[in-house]
Amino acid sequence: MSAPFDLNDDSVVVIVGSGAGGGTLGTELALKGIKVVILEAGQRHNMEDFINNEWDSFAQLAWTDMRTTSGSWRVHKNFPNLPAWIVKAVGGSSVHWAGASLRLQEHEFKTHSTYGGLEGANLLDWPITLKELEPWYAKAEDRMGVTRTNGIPGLPGNNNFKVFEAGAKKIGYKEVSTGRMAINSEPRADRGSCQQIGFCFQGCKSGAKWSTLIAEIPRGEATGNLEVRPQSMVQKIEHDASGKATGVVYVDKDGKTQRQKARIVAVAGNSIESPRLLLNSASNMFPDGLANSSGQVGRNYMRHMTGSVYAVFDKPVHMYRGTTMAGIVRDEAGFDTKRGFVGGYELETLSLGLPFMAAFLDPGGWGRSFTSAMDGYVNMAGLWIVGEDMPQETNRVTLNTSVKDQYGLPVADVHFDDHANDVAMRDHAYRQGTAMYEAVGAVRAMPTPPYPSTHNLGTNRMSEKPRDGVVNKHGQTHDVPNLFVSDGSQFTTGGAENPTLTIVALALRQADFIAGEMSKKTI
Amino acid sequence: MPTLIDRRGPSRRAVLGGIGAAGALMVSGAAVLNPREAWGLEVSALKPETMRTLIVMARDIYPHDRVPDRFYAIAVKPYEAAAAKDPATKTLIEDGVVTLDTLAKARHGTAYADLGWEDQRVAVLRQIEGGAFFEKVRSGLVVGLYNQEEVWPIFGYEGSSADKGGYIDRGFNDLAWL
Ligand SMILES: Cc1cc2nc3c(=O)[nH]c(=O)nc-3n(C[C@H](O)[C@H](O)[C@H](O)COP(=O)(O)OP(=O)(O)OC[C@H]3O[C@@H](n4cnc5c(N)ncnc54)[C@H](O)[C@@H]3O)c2cc1C
Ligand code: SF4
Repeated sequence: MSAPFDLNDDSVVVIVGSGAGGGTLGTELALKGIKVVILEAGQRHNMEDFINNEWDSFAQLAWTDMRTTSGSWRVHKNFPNLPAWIVKAVGGSSVHWAGASLRLQEHEFKTHSTYGGLEGANLLDWPITLKELEPWYAKAEDRMGVTRTNGIPGLPGNNNFKVFEAGAKKIGYKEVSTGRMAINSEPRADRGSCQQIGFCFQGCKSGAKWSTLIAEIPRGEATGNLEVRPQSMVQKIEHDASGKATGVVYVDKDGKTQRQKARIVAVAGNSIESPRLLLNSASNMFPDGLANSSGQVGRNYMRHMTGSVYAVFDKPVHMYRGTTMAGIVRDEAGFDTKRGFVGGYELETLSLGLPFMAAFLDPGGWGRSFTSAMDGYVNMAGLWIVGEDMPQETNRVTLNTSVKDQYGLPVADVHFDDHANDVAMRDHAYRQGTAMYEAVGAVRAMPTPPYPSTHNLGTNRMSEKPRDGVVNKHGQTHDVPNLFVSDGSQFTTGGAENPTLTIVALALRQADFIAGEMSKKTI
Repeated sequence: MPTLIDRRGPSRRAVLGGIGAAGALMVSGAAVLNPREAWGLEVSALKPETMRTLIVMARDIYPHDRVPDRFYAIAVKPYEAAAAKDPATKTLIEDGVVTLDTLAKARHGTAYADLGWEDQRVAVLRQIEGGAFFEKVRSGLVVGLYNQEEVWPIFGYEGSSADKGGYIDRGFNDLAWL
């Protein structure tokens, strides 16, 4: 079973974070016979312990360590210390996620070539193509049990989907379905099928939804090659005089500082913590932070262009019943500048429970305009907008040296301003979402502002040339050959699609690369 | 009914709140009473008039005609304990209510909670909107009011579902009006 490795064992691969990226990489390496230690800041929970209550679950799972924000985004005003809604626990945000699993489109790997120069946007082509990633996408889909791939049937539509689908078809959309979801529509891989519980965000209690916590890590542990150490917060990555990473310093569950040696270090703390860790690892040799010779660590922070439309009908919908996000319109996902912006977006069903609806429908709002909408809760349908936002160098994660976390380390400050293209796309999506619902009789539609970020991307971008980014096409840092980035912060640009399938595909591909390089003894 | 808000009828010493929003809410000794809903709430750190004003203010900020006063009272009740623990909180709240009443009297010659129309009270609230006192009360209500499980059925929200087997056999796709 789970292998305990020695702190001085310098033959292990150390992975920081056990989420979609880190949990997948660690498991895949273990399956290949490579020894792995995953250090995870959060606790380990069992599926049975998840809570069907939004705020209690938030307290159990969410990352609430101190962070600060700046910039003109509304999150800074309404949730100044909660830039992102993500998880601190074994499994990372794959515990929270809704399961929507889409491949990026071909042109989305080549945005600089496709969209051309766009003022203020730091567009760059990925150093890989869709073609190169396709086999890894296929492997990820099989691994995660994505519906509508590998012969797996789609999920049944719930009430929220029925309204969504009818509205979409009425206004002429063609590509409407319950989507590609990493949620079992029938038993598969020792996990049962979806019970339509409706608390997908709160950690699926039935096990139908893929997460690294239940579907990957136990497999890795069973090989005897993987150890996951919960409540282990990595503070710093260390290196030797030659500039090679030698291990990490972390604080363990008892508050003691420990040093774990490593042959290879992979950072997968999600796009806020990963750059923070690299910046906090600055040394005499790397005064601007580890792997930051390009100055791009922390820059190009993306959060997808998002927003929601909730609509009230004159009859009940009960949108919260059943799978939270099994519903998608893909007609707006392509590239078509006639709409007044570059990039595209998806529309996906979404519901929030009453407590979160109160917090997120119109943050800061009050009075009858707000409460009459809440009074319509049972008659509400809802959708989420997710589209490609423009990478901007000034949207960035920096160290806020005047605010320290519980360990005394500078916290991350997340600065974000919308690009004009993001605003144009959001307005278009609000209009389309509203039109869908009005077409089937909505009496009132509410364009709802973006929530704290659930998709955090781009802060250690992939680039062909070392001067343009932080990592190469394998997620290996340009500056330190045995240091990797294995999460969504590698994304060169964001695409219109929910990111996790791509994160998993990249992690599987990276595992293959690392294993190959290890056997060639190049790292 | 929550334990700390006990049921009790109006006492002889109860002072009627007049014709305003607080009409159903009376102050008696150290308690706020709502005879119609048959509950009382005792305070010691805060003035009972202050607690009565907070309850009215809670409803004016998030007015739901189908939600009884007691849920608003439960939502603002924690300020009593907070005021007992922390003098700064106590000052913020007591001073906030004084300001509210001063503004209301300047406009209409009546304390805030005794203004007859919601519109009149909301106009006063708009004057303090964004200030520390208003924001504390408003933001506290977002969780304090809407996260009460007993309130959910009023909105048609069914809460926890895994313990009931999910909605697979309980209407996840029962919508038939389209
Ligand atoms: C509510 C919600 C719904 C979502 N729905 C979808 C969806 O439908 N489809 C989709 O594609 N994506 C979805 N996502 C996004 C998805 O969850 C993320 O893209 C994905 O989990 C990111 O993977 P990651 O490996 O980058 O980070 P994470 O999964 O967040 O994992 C990072 C882990 O690293 C740990 N960590 C951080 N710093 C340190 C440190 N210094 N030391 C030790 N450990 C550390 C964290 O505690 C965390 O566990 C959703 C997210 C949320 C929050
Ligand atoms: S709806 Fe399905 S995936 Fe979501 S929590 Fe329930 S069983 Fe899990």
